[in-house]
Amino acid sequence: MEGLERIVLAHPFFAGLEAELGPVVSGCARNHRFNPGQYLAHEGDPADEFFLIRHGKVALEILPPGQSPVVFSTEGEGDIVGTSWLVPPYRWRFDARAVELTRAIGIDARCLRDKCEADPRLGYEMMKRIAPILEGRLGDMRLQMLDVYGERAR
Amino acid sequence: MTEADPFVPLPYRVGRVRRETRDITTLELAPVTGVRPDYRPGQFNMLYAFGIGEVAISVSGDPAVPGGYVHTVRDVGAVSGAIAKLKAGAMLGLRGPYGTPWPVEAAEGNDVVFVAGGLGLAPLRPAIYRVLARRERYGRVVLLYGTRSPPDILFRQELERWRRRLDVEVLVTVDRADAEWRGNVGVVPKLIARAGFDPNGAVAMVCGPEVMMRFTANALHASGLALDHIYLSMERNMKCAIGLCGHCQFGPDFVCKDGPVMRYDRIADILTVREI
Repeated sequence: MEGLERIVLAHPFFAGLEAELGPVVSGCARNHRFNPGQYLAHEGDPADEFFLIRHGKVALEILPPGQSPVVFSTEGEGDIVGTSWLVPPYRWRFDARAVELTRAIGIDARCLRDKCEADPRLGYEMMKRIAPILEGRLGDMRLQMLDVYGERAR
Repeated sequence: MTEADPFVPLPYRVGRVRRETRDITTLELAPVTGVRPDYRPGQFNMLYAFGIGEVAISVSGDPAVPGGYVHTVRDVGAVSGAIAKLKAGAMLGLRGPYGTPWPVEAAEGNDVVFVAGGLGLAPLRPAIYRVLARRERYGRVVLLYGTRSPPDILFRQELERWRRRLDVEVLVTVDRADAEWRGNVGVVPKLIARAGFDPNGAVAMVCGPEVMMRFTANALHASGLALDHIYLSMERNMKCAIGLCGHCQFGPDFVCKDGPVMRYDRIADILTVREI
């Protein structure tokens, strides 16, 4: 097993992946290092890559017009950053900024999408891994929306 | 010998007052006569602002420290607002302590996970003090704290002091922040997956807004923790505090005497019943 493949398969997102799919996935992967303050992605950019965070912290933020950026989530070791690569028009819907030194594996989204189209088994495997993350984040957002510690909770 | 009337509050004098956040204040209260009754972590007192009314407030101080009580109050209404605005030297009435405690003794030998949301850190603080005072009796100790935004973080200096210890894992998150904040952003249940504890046998003590506790209990259970190892501190409209009036009825229980600390497996089914 190549070094990069070993790193990719060691990430929780790919835990338990069938061995024969390892080279297929890692064939779309490359290493990244982001310094504090460096952006992984900007809102509106093509979502042609997503990231498996190996170490560090990434702030997901939105810039309201005329205001400072609002951080709505941070992702850390073991998390993934980016799901817009799954859904047309494949564009980032927020900014992603490294809060501290962050090491990540970038997965070339077009490469992986093409492989998923060619092999539905891989496509289904990816969907089974992405869906719980989306469901979890949707639940988290609902709780944030309730603003349970705020004025309305009184 | 006649028994004291349970509805008559005893006079307490406000000592030191500490402004914690924009709307949360901590008061030290000393008995005017006699000595403070002992209390167990998780219990509450009925605090009486003379001429205004009475409200149930959990004790937030260290039970090993003699003298008086420490209460942390959020200004959310007429009574709590009046108490939160009291100055040193002012008087108030106090009945208590009441209610069920956190299972700090029963948790010995296990990992302990404290999960607090917002002001919910105050009722948990006595249990944290007690566990840290007997640190050798427990496995891993984890404190997960979530609140609205960085300025709303309660007991910030204490959180920082606990985080510096090598035998406690402290993770803090806020619901939203600006780009200056370098900590975690997200809901407190999200921290559970990042915390290092053994779900087999760990005991979780959870306090915060009820919705936050429901989400947290579900996440703890999903992580492998048994339902009967999860404890929540419930809040209802407590009036008599001794199980007579029924204002705090919660299904078959009264929160004032069967709670506020309740085991999750006993209340999980009624937590989502709208009428309750």
